[in-house]
This record gives sequence, C-alpha cells and structure tokens, in this order.
Amino acid sequence: MSDHTASPLIFESGQDGRANRYFERGKGLDQFLPREVLRADLPIPDNSEMDVVRHFTRLSQRTFGIDVGFYPLGSCTMKYNPRVNDAMANLPGLRDLHPYTPDAQAQGALRIMWELERSLSSLFGMAAFSLNPSAGAHAELAALLIAKAYFKSRGETKRDKVIVPDTAHGTNPASAAMCGFKVISLKSDKRGRVSVDEVKKVLGDDTAVVMMTNPNTLGLFEDHVHEITRAVHGAGGLCYYDGANANALMGNARPGDMGFDLMHLNLHKTFTIPHGGGGAGSGPLGVAKHLVDFLPTPYVRKKNDAFVLDFDMPKSIGPMRSFWSNFAHIVRALAYVYANGAEGLTKVSQLAVLNANYLRVKIREFLETPYDEICRHEFVASAQALKKETGVRALDIAKALLDRGYMAPTMYFPLIVPECLMIEPTETESKETLDAFVDALRDIVETAKGEPEKILAAPITTVVGRLDETRAAREPDLRWRPRSSPAKA
Amino acid sequence: MYTPHTERDIAQMLQTVGVDSLDALLRVPDAVKLREKLEVVPALPETGIVSRFEELARMNPGASCISFLGAGSYRHYAPPAISALAMRGEFLTAYTPYQAEVSQGYLQAIYEWQTYICLLTGMDIANASVYDGATALAEAAIMALNENGRQKILVSRAIHPNYRAVLKTYCDGLDVTIEELPVAEDGTTDLGELASLTATKEYACVALQSPNFFGVIDTPGSAGQAALKESGTVLVAVIAEAMSLGALQPPSQWGAGIVTGEAQSFGVPVAYGGPYVGFIAATKEHLRRIPGRLAGKTVDSNGKEGYVLTLQAREQHIRRERATSNICTNQAHCALIATIYLALVGKTGLRDVAAANLQRTRELAAAVESIDGCSLKFSAPNFNEIVVCVHQPARHALAKLEQRGILGGVDLGRYYPEYDNCILMAATEMTTSRDIQTLAKALHEVVHVHTSTRSGPAASDETVNV
Repeated sequence: MSDHTASPLIFESGQDGRANRYFERGKGLDQFLPREVLRADLPIPDNSEMDVVRHFTRLSQRTFGIDVGFYPLGSCTMKYNPRVNDAMANLPGLRDLHPYTPDAQAQGALRIMWELERSLSSLFGMAAFSLNPSAGAHAELAALLIAKAYFKSRGETKRDKVIVPDTAHGTNPASAAMCGFKVISLKSDKRGRVSVDEVKKVLGDDTAVVMMTNPNTLGLFEDHVHEITRAVHGAGGLCYYDGANANALMGNARPGDMGFDLMHLNLHKTFTIPHGGGGAGSGPLGVAKHLVDFLPTPYVRKKNDAFVLDFDMPKSIGPMRSFWSNFAHIVRALAYVYANGAEGLTKVSQLAVLNANYLRVKIREFLETPYDEICRHEFVASAQALKKETGVRALDIAKALLDRGYMAPTMYFPLIVPECLMIEPTETESKETLDAFVDALRDIVETAKGEPEKILAAPITTVVGRLDETRAAREPDLRWRPRSSPAKA
Repeated sequence: MYTPHTERDIAQMLQTVGVDSLDALLRVPDAVKLREKLEVVPALPETGIVSRFEELARMNPGASCISFLGAGSYRHYAPPAISALAMRGEFLTAYTPYQAEVSQGYLQAIYEWQTYICLLTGMDIANASVYDGATALAEAAIMALNENGRQKILVSRAIHPNYRAVLKTYCDGLDVTIEELPVAEDGTTDLGELASLTATKEYACVALQSPNFFGVIDTPGSAGQAALKESGTVLVAVIAEAMSLGALQPPSQWGAGIVTGEAQSFGVPVAYGGPYVGFIAATKEHLRRIPGRLAGKTVDSNGKEGYVLTLQAREQHIRRERATSNICTNQAHCALIATIYLALVGKTGLRDVAAANLQRTRELAAAVESIDGCSLKFSAPNFNEIVVCVHQPARHALAKLEQRGILGGVDLGRYYPEYDNCILMAATEMTTSRDIQTLAKALHEVVHVHTSTRSGPAASDETVNV
C-alpha cells in the first residue's frame, strides 16, 4: 500500500504489433462474413503479457482483502476463504462441465448440488432450497415472486404490502418494490427489536410478507420472533428470513423452527465463498413445505439412484438466471460443509458470537455501545458522543483505521444509530488480532481527544487521500476514451 | 473449522465477556430451540475433502467429452496468466470497494472493465456488472419501462430461451406484458410487423439478440431502426456470445440504446453454469437509470487522481424501495477475469480468436452438410453456431452421439417444438479438426442407423438403438 506513484490505465500503454500469440493467425474476417456486418475498428490496446501481469499485480497491491488484514465489516461476514475450496472448484471435472451436459454425464455435479441442498435444508429447518439465485438480493426477489404466485394461486390478490423493519438491509425494500409490492417500514423498539405490538398494528388482509433479519443488523436476537411469525401467519401472511446474519445461529437455531416460510443464505458470507471485490455470490433460497412447488427452475432431485435437474414444475415462478446455479460456489460451499460437519458449523457460530462479544466489552471501555447486552455475531458502536466532544465522526475513525492496517467497519448503518460503526469480527480471527484491533481503535479515540486534526486528516498512508465523491457524482467520468473522441459520459 | 481458538483463549474470552459458557452466549427462547438432529454431510480432514471431490469430479464424464455445446455458455481458451492474477488474495478476498482509499486497484480494474465494455459495444457508459446475460436483459427492460412509462415489451423469439424465461419471471412481478416477434425462414427475426407494432407507442423496448440463439447475425435494418426511433422505443441489444464483438459491428451501429450481454467467453470457465458475468452498457441518456455499481474517476484532497464508487443515489443501500434495482452483490471477480483476458489478448488476439471461431464453424458446417440426411436449417450469415437438421427427433440423435462419447449440441426441440429435428451446435477455437471429423463420422452412423432401424419391424421413435 506504500506505492504513491500514479497507476496508468491499461489503455494508456501498449503498442500496435505488441500482441501476444495465444491463437493461430487465421484468415481475415472478411473471408468468412460480408464486410457490412464486420466492425471497422477495435480500439483496444495490444500489451505484452509481462506488462499486463505487472499492471494487474500492481492493482492487486492497491487493494485490501481479508488476506491482507482484519476486515471487521459488519453484516458482510468477512471470514477466511479456505484455499482448498478454490482448488476443488477448479478441478477439471467440475470447471469444464458445460451447463447443457446431459444429466447422465454430470452425476457428480448434480450430487454436489443435492448434497449441499439437503445439508442446508436440515441446517436451517426448511423443506427445500433452490440453488438458483445468484446472490442474497436475487433470492429476496425470487422469494417475493414466490409469495406473489402463492397468494395468486389462492385467489388472494389483495395482499400487496411487505413489512420491513427500519434496521433491514436496503435490498429488502428494493426487492419488494421490484415485484410491485408496497413497503411498510416498521420502527424498532427501545431494545432494538421488532415489537410484536407494532407488527400487529400493521398486519391485515393486505399483508403479503414480513421480512426479518435475525439476529438483526444491530447484532441482537429477535427474542419475540416466534410470536411475530405466529401473528403474521394468523393474518394470512408469509414470513421471510434474511439470512445475511446466519453466521450467528448456524447449527444452533433454525429459521424454520422460528416460523419462517422463506429464507435466503449468502454463501459468500456464511459459507466462506470469496467476495471477489463485490461478487460473484450465491444466494440459496429456502422454503417451507407449502412453497416448494413455487421454487425457481431447475430444482435438483434424487430420482431412484440418479440425480436430475427438474425443469417440469408447473407452479414454479420460472428461472432467475441464465443457468442452473453459481455452481463453482456450490462446490466451494459444500467443501466448507465437509470441512466442518454439523458439529463444526455449530461451533463456528459460537465462536463468531464469542469474538463479537469479546470485542464489544473491550470497545465499550472507550466508545458508546448503544445496545449494551449480549450480542450475536456483530454489534454497533456509536461515535456520537465523541463527535460532540471532538468533531471526529464515525467516518474519520474508519479512515484512521485504514492508516493502521485495518479495513473499516460498516458505517452509518443501520440507519437508526447515529454515527454508527457496525463491527463483525467473524470466528476466523484470533484473540491476538482482536486485541491488536482494540488497541488501534483505542489509540484513535484517544488521539481524537487530544489532537483531533490528526484523525480528521486520515488516511495519510494510503495511495490516495480522501476522494472527492461529490465531484465524481456531479461530473461522472466512468470510462477512458480514445484521444480522438471527445465528450465525457 | 478454520477457527484459531485454543481452549485457553475461549476460557479467557468468556471470562472477559462475563458468561460461563458458549451456550450461554447463544441462548434462544424455548419456543425456537433446536430439537432435531442435523443431517449434514460428515466432517472430513482436508485430505478427505480432496479425495471426495476428485471422486465427484470423476462422475462427470461430460466434462472431458468431445463437445459441441454452446447456447450461451462457451468453451474458449483462457491464458494461464488470468488465474495467476485474478486468484491473488487481494482481489479474491476483497469486499465491494466501499473504502476507496484502500481499494484503488480494484476500482481502477472496474473502471477499465467499464471502458472495455464501452469500446466493444460502442456505447457511452457501462456498469460494473450484473449477474449474467439473462438478468442483464431483465434489468435493461426495467430501465426502459421506467423511462417511458409504457407497460409492454417486444422481444425476438430468437433470443436465448433462458433469457426470455428470466425476463418473464421478472416481468410477472411487475405485471408487464411480453410479446414476441417470430423467427423468419433464414433464422433471423421476422421484423415484418415491427413498424406497425411500435407505431402504437405501447412498447417500452424491443429486444434483439445478435448473433441470435441460432448463431445467426440478427440486426434491424435501417427501416427497423427508423421505426424504433420514431416511436420512442428503446432498442435493447443482447449479446450472448461476447466473443462475436471482436468481429461484428458494435450494437451502437445498429441503433441500440441499451446493450446487455454475457461476458463468460472472456476467460470465465463454463463451470456447469456459473458464476458468469452480465454487462449493461447504454447511451448516456440512460445514466441515471442504469442499475448496479459504477466506478468513477475523481481526485483526492491533494488533487491526485483516484477512483470511487459513484452515483450511489441510484442504489438500494441509499434509496431503498426507490432504487433503480435491488442488486447489491454483482459479479466483480468474473468481470476482473474478463478485464484481464481483454488486456492479454488485445485487439489482435480478439480478431484472431474471432477468425478461429469462424473458421472452425465453417469447417463444422461443411462436414455436417456433406452427410446424407443432415442439412443446415438456416441460411443467414452466422458466427460460431449452426443449426443442423437431422430429420429425426434431435434428442434421439443426441442420445446416440452421447453413447459414442460426443456431446453433439443442444436439442432445439427443448425450447422450440417446431425445430425438434434440429441440433444447435457450436464450434470455437478449442474445437479441433479431429473433433469435427469424429463428430461427422458418428453423425453419419447415427443418421444411417436411424434410417435402417425405422424400416425394421420393432423400432419405434422412443427406442435408442446403436
């Protein structure tokens, strides 16, 4: 991270005639196709392989991943991504399998999907999982489409409201809007929970789905969850479990037992799939028995002794993506389940919760923790008092952490906590790492009290300082352009 | 478990927290307590995991067959430098680059990806990626619907059937009507009704794929483009085989307002269907409606150039139910792979590989056409796929090829009942002349065997004889 010189774009280097020879030099394109369908020019550079390797190596060195350091990004579950998972996904028998391979020639792949599907169903208490959705938000959308189809099949077309707590991830209301539902936001109570009474107030014969995250984004277990799901079912609605925080209860409690009808998992959080800078993810969608027929196609089944992709599901909402699943990630997730077994996964959650509580009691010595009780996999701290005293905000603390070699926690979320820092350590971090992080954070808070300008100037060790986001949005520069072509997008 | 805790650590940490057991930390109300035994695959040491997955991989003979499967997922050459770079831990284990100061490398790579997509499609802007080609089309349709407030969309029946199916899944949620344009004799979309349909100004967009599902180059002529322009209908171009962009006219030149597609061909493995990488590019008028992440260039407090995620006011984490899409996680790492691929092959490599695809496909077409009992279904110019009519149910012919160790292609009857005697075959630079000869020989036998068994007394359509 210490290289402060400029990093030219790949388009600014390269020379005509410097091409790598990966392919045979064939005939001209006009030997095969009429000229009028061919492109006149292709304005992308030819670079030598070594220059390309250096370019991207350099870009990697200007990027912070879990492999670089501690990554306490709340709600994102940045745990270690085991390398054996990648090696398994890269086995030629899995990597080179085409999605249209006949089932009989792909039994190993189908078995992998089936084993993961069965394991997840048991772990989370659901009747079945679809491995189709590409990410958590994609599964939310699929789930709400299922709810819509389910109510339609029962002739209950009036149900057009989705109830979402104010601590919910932004994807919840956005997914609801994408299927034409109206969103009702629910205020959390003083304890940071969804209140049974508040839910009951808004329930009615127009209720379609109540979406909950448990533990919620404050890291608190929704201890009245059972009463809430019962009330929703009483009103004829369905309950959705946002599994973003499943790392807090895996193997210890099950959404199915809490009364949820639908749920998703983020394999890229709970099941160690690498986030890869923002994806690809995978978002298996679990459903209770009465919704199995509505799952996206295809669904993997065991028929006699063979595995098949079932496309023949008349009540299905249809497919959510081009092909069956993010299969390479299904492989990774199953390798992780094998590495743990049921007992190991149970322990994973326990240690994730232990690490979060350990950090919480250490950090509350010098930063407010607004909901000061046993938390689950994450907790929130607030810099509000510090800001009043010194002018140093949550954002400044985050930037000062970057200077000290740490990724910043999630900031300003959930929205109900002012100057929020949402911290999730995960179970793969050692006590020593947590202690060192606490020391760094304490140092920042103490410095803020004595010399706030030092914290306000952070970061100073990174390849660039704080960036002008207003300018980026006002004068969008979203691409490089060849010198001859003017006009910015 | 990948957890570093010693018993001693656990004891000390529990003491610090002030509870006496791990169970006490995870206590839940009685009503929701876990009561069942969990049925999960058994725990294995790493050596056991490796042998288990090697065993499972061996149960996929299809991965090493001679294959002519394509149809939206293509086996292309990926230089080893790609994985050496993309698998670097800094890239692989990063989250979405929210903290720009320590994510300059990834943000720059996204900016470079956006640029490559713009240069290849001829469009002004491109986003940081969406899930895949199918969802890209659905998101583009939503962009168009939101833009002009119309409630119907028109799509070619020659668009990948899976893409159309996903579009339908999305549109069912929004109560939007989808209508289809038929396929003409030569394999292109029949645009005969286009002008009269769009003149009603009821359609938010018209979607065309080129090369289309049958491999045929399928673009609207100037009359079609004029009709779209006049009626304010957005043309959504679909590119399911990105490799074609190295050879063919960019969609900007055939009037596209939004270009969506799948970039799996640029170095991303076929991997039984995913993860792949969808893209959305558009003319600049669509900037505020484009879904997903966008990386932009700006300056830091010292005036030094840098990159950030920008225009986030479109996105779900800011705008919640009023966002342009619910997308959060995208396909950043696959987009990175594609970016590295494009950097390595450059314009020379892209043209060479496109030429190699055309060469192999022409060879395949010639070999198949020379077989008595096989014919090419469509006559319009194509890229790297052909439709072969085998004059018997395609699924039977394919089953017989499978018994000979060949994956002959996709049975078109699966999606188009009217073409159930047809096989969609793909050839890429990975297809060898020997593969083509092997296929031709086998196909000859298959067609011949079918003819002779059909005349036999006991044979029926459902019998697969060899």
